[in-house]
Amino acid sequence: MSQNTYRRHAPGDQPPYLYKQYASTVRRAPSKPLIFLPHTLSETSGPIFRPSAIGETDHDLTRQHAGEPQGERIIVTGRVLDDNGRAVPNALIEIWQTNAAGRYRHAKDNHQAPLDPNFTGAGRAVTDENGIYRFVTIKPGAYPWKNHHNAWRPAHIHFSLFGPAFCTRLITQMYFPGDPLIPFDPVLQSIPDEKGRQRLVAKFDLDTTQPDWALGYQFNIVLRGREATPFEK
Amino acid sequence: MIMELIPTPSQTIGPFFHICLTPQTDLGDLTGERIRLVCRILDGDGTPVNDAMIEVWQAGAAGEYGRFGRLCTNEDGVCVFETAKPGRVAAQAPHVNVQIFARGLLKQLFTRIYFEGEPSNLNDPILALVPEDRRGTLMARPNAEDSSVWNFEIRLCADSETVFFDV
Ligand SMILES: [Fe+2]
Repeated sequence: MSQNTYRRHAPGDQPPYLYKQYASTVRRAPSKPLIFLPHTLSETSGPIFRPSAIGETDHDLTRQHAGEPQGERIIVTGRVLDDNGRAVPNALIEIWQTNAAGRYRHAKDNHQAPLDPNFTGAGRAVTDENGIYRFVTIKPGAYPWKNHHNAWRPAHIHFSLFGPAFCTRLITQMYFPGDPLIPFDPVLQSIPDEKGRQRLVAKFDLDTTQPDWALGYQFNIVLRGREATPFEK
Repeated sequence: MIMELIPTPSQTIGPFFHICLTPQTDLGDLTGERIRLVCRILDGDGTPVNDAMIEVWQAGAAGEYGRFGRLCTNEDGVCVFETAKPGRVAAQAPHVNVQIFARGLLKQLFTRIYFEGEPSNLNDPILALVPEDRRGTLMARPNAEDSSVWNFEIRLCADSETVFFDV
């Protein structure tokens, strides 16, 4: 089954399950070693999404209500590639975030910050044939959490991606360059390699920025790809 | 030449994903033997995990992929999929592929649901990789009153923890 399997993650690329500084991992991380699963059709197949399932304003979180949300309007765009450098078309991307004040529109978010009647904070897009996606939203706010004394999450956007296979599924978070909370955030700092952490920080991009309208950020995402076959080499 | 890039790191789904990740209870084509799959997650203290998302991916009755569902757990740590029993996929016994996302999981957990009493379990190549004394953690069990209801318990971080796979 070797020619169709997906490449395994190298040590250091991904966070561990147990990372004590992130307190919730302690009672949820596996305590026994994982069992190596050779890829079968069960892992290399996966659900297929059609762009037609995406509504006209799903990618634009500033146009989902009667009025415009408060906050700094931003464009977040990038390419989804596999680890062989090939574009991943038709990847479903779902994002969610706080409003500009750092509050989620969620019943269990009790942060004392205002809700915004013009902002839900959820978006959806499918990558085009070149793997490109684009969202318009507002910059999310930092918010406190109970992990440790004076704990604050840096501003972030949650990203959920379906690639071509069940085993390429990825849920991650995008951060903003220069955020002073980044060094103190155990969720981001759980990633062992500095380069890995940098991969989750979007790049401010003047070419993406639109004059008199919105700042632009580039955030590229790499999913696992198939192992190269001898033929391809 | 092939350019090798390093995959983007995973991060926790956090506790607020419900505002975006909509549930899919029913796996679509339900041809075959209809079942309800009741999944329940407990953490290392035996406390129900009430903020997890479970995604399932399975074959149809003839072994053809695929049907997809996803649900978030309720206050009891439970979610219920409406599906049909999968068929065998090549040499593999009928199974449902599972990914679990939750606050406190920096990356997803992969497991599989097999069906207790299924004769082909004895020859399943993946079950064969699991130590015999832990295989039971991968079995859904039929409800005593209604055999179309299958219960699957996921134990995190415990001596009796569910088998999770390195996928
Ligand atoms: Fe968050």
